[in-house]
Amino acid sequence: MTATSPISPARIDASCRLPLFTLFGGAALWLVLSSVFGIAASLTFHKPTLFADCAIFTYGRAYPAWANLLIYGFAIPSGLGVGLWLLARLGRAEVAKPFLIALGAKFWHIGVLVGVIGILSGDTSGYEWFELPRYAAVILFLSFLLMAIWIFVTYSRRSVTELYPSQWFALAALFWLPWILSTAILLLQVYPVRGVAQVAIAWWFAGNLLNVWLTLAGLAVTLYLLPKLTERPLQSYYLALFVFWTLLVFGAWTGIPFSSPLPAWMSMLSSVATGLVIVPVLALISIVQATTRGARVACGGGPLCYTKFGAWMLLVVTILAALAVCPKVARVTDFTWFAQGQNALRIYGFFAMTMFGAIYHILPRVSGVTLSPSRVKLHFWLAMPGALLLALPLLGGGILQGLKLANADVTFLETVKAAMMPFRLSTLGETLIALGALVFLLNILGTIVSYYRAIAKTAYAEATALQPAEVKS
Amino acid sequence: MKSSSLVFLAAFVALSASWAGFVLAPQLQLGRAVQTKTIPAGDTYPLARPGLAQQGAEVYRSLGCVYCHSQQVGQQGTRVDVVLLNAGTNADNTLSAIAKVRPDLGKPETFIGLPKTITTVENVTAASSLVKAINDNGGKVEVNIVATGPDIERGWGRRRTVAQDYVFDHVVQPGTRRAGPDLSNVGARFPEIQWQYEHLYAPQVKVTGSTMPPYRFLFEQRRIGKVPSPEALQLTGELAPPPGYEIVPTDKARALVAYLLSLRADAPLFEAPMTPPPSAAPAAPATNSVAAK
Repeated sequence: MTATSPISPARIDASCRLPLFTLFGGAALWLVLSSVFGIAASLTFHKPTLFADCAIFTYGRAYPAWANLLIYGFAIPSGLGVGLWLLARLGRAEVAKPFLIALGAKFWHIGVLVGVIGILSGDTSGYEWFELPRYAAVILFLSFLLMAIWIFVTYSRRSVTELYPSQWFALAALFWLPWILSTAILLLQVYPVRGVAQVAIAWWFAGNLLNVWLTLAGLAVTLYLLPKLTERPLQSYYLALFVFWTLLVFGAWTGIPFSSPLPAWMSMLSSVATGLVIVPVLALISIVQATTRGARVACGGGPLCYTKFGAWMLLVVTILAALAVCPKVARVTDFTWFAQGQNALRIYGFFAMTMFGAIYHILPRVSGVTLSPSRVKLHFWLAMPGALLLALPLLGGGILQGLKLANADVTFLETVKAAMMPFRLSTLGETLIALGALVFLLNILGTIVSYYRAIAKTAYAEATALQPAEVKS
Repeated sequence: MKSSSLVFLAAFVALSASWAGFVLAPQLQLGRAVQTKTIPAGDTYPLARPGLAQQGAEVYRSLGCVYCHSQQVGQQGTRVDVVLLNAGTNADNTLSAIAKVRPDLGKPETFIGLPKTITTVENVTAASSLVKAINDNGGKVEVNIVATGPDIERGWGRRRTVAQDYVFDHVVQPGTRRAGPDLSNVGARFPEIQWQYEHLYAPQVKVTGSTMPPYRFLFEQRRIGKVPSPEALQLTGELAPPPGYEIVPTDKARALVAYLLSLRADAPLFEAPMTPPPSAAPAAPATNSVAAK
């Protein structure tokens, strides 16, 4: 292959097909399952006796199943798939060993399955956002390495040497995950540290996963898709560099809650860092505004809608997180549903929406199958209100609960009841998300099926076309 | 940034700094914590949980109790209560001595209904001149350090939870949400085994309006043997087993309850000072060990 003839985008897309089908297909399936567990978990608060005889769906198992399927089942595979495509496209290089990446993705999905079965049967590790049992976590780590190595090789085969900001974010994400995952596996599960040092590591891991990794993977998409879809240049490269550096430097220190049994310096440091993450996110919003200003592209429920909505939700959740670490606010919001509302907003509002946008942009290119815009739009109008309807009641309910928790004259049961109506409302949001996830799954499966059907048709046509010739000879 | 090495350098610098801060540093600061002595009693703290309670900790983890129950009591500060036990043989002298240092207390009402808390100050030093005035005149006074904050006032604990409380726990689960009450001291607050069983089986029967899901799969219904099991749950109404049957806890429920009863983190420590309430007898060994039952 000579450097003088650049590889056509169509060839690059074709080389991404197999890994992306595997990653996205599995991600969509896990997202649907995750929301089923989310609904089951939330139903316990409608009727506590619902799963009295059913250990699998008891809240303490359904909830971590929801969280782990969402993060390890949906978020990481979709982020990896999108990252792979971005690195291949931006570097103008065909994917190295697509088969091995797809194999890694299959192992990853098996790891998730094993992990969730472990959680449901009571083998949870007990660390929030890292409940996967050790055997599952090791499978995930190894399959991640398999994928990451070949994604990196793909990147290093690039024919365009100049790096675009999305590439920084994707590469940093590729570097970040194995580090935090190996730390968590080694120091929490293989050679566990003692006492509260466990808690510090678990929170460090969760903070880096949710606040840094998801943001890195999401912003790689935002910085690529916004200029692309609005057909305007990125405003600006240096601002993106600023976002990158500040996000890494501040984001890495987030995750330790204000109320914790750890030494006070840790919560203080983490609170300050959480507040400072506003800086990169404000810079990001100014990029979004400057880039899309004056663009005459209607978003119409397509990828642009998803991306813009995601970026704004990142701003909202970052501001909320910064407020929630102020000591006066933290005394109210800590230990309430408020944190859960933030997580919902971050994962469903920002990350998932951004990924949906990217996947709807990428899939038609990779498969050659056109997605019906109305079904993409339908998903948007289920996922967007769903995320808000899940997050806002939890945030509001958390504040109501917290105000009562902070007042010792109010009985504890009343503090729980204060959040009950908003919490029950959030079940509706989770249901909308589940319906949206179902549409997403159908969209992806539809694309994959039509692609293989088209291939089969061509093959069949070729085979049948040959026959008369054979008869003649 | 034109080269990928700069990207990796940025990521490396940022992540290794936070790794050193939040993974390595706490390990150096707290990772080798060992047992300590309570203050002022000098008992060893904490004690390891007995075997059944340790198995119960596994059940606690496997059922995901942590998603609703925290195990960390918060505290906003301390206050110091000055409790006057008796005024001494010459009450008038004591009163005038008190009036010199605290004119507002120099009234005969101060001596009515002893022993009582005559004043609350910010710290022990602020009480010292008052204590000296009373002691010099033969009066008896006690200075009690009391933790404050909503969690303490709710009775969830006598002091905040500190790193020392978790030294023997594996999979430390301080929790981040309170859909249910804090459990740091549940062993001291609800020490009845049978109450715990029945609460797990049917929370709403024990706490009206409770939102806790029942854990009936931790119990089994079986035919009553020669003698009814002493552990059988006393259930009435629609929850009662059919005649001739009884509902008894499984091993998991027994372990879980043993663990819950072992939850007790209220020994006074250097980093979390407080005055323990006067104990009638040298009670159960200090904290985080199974309650004597």
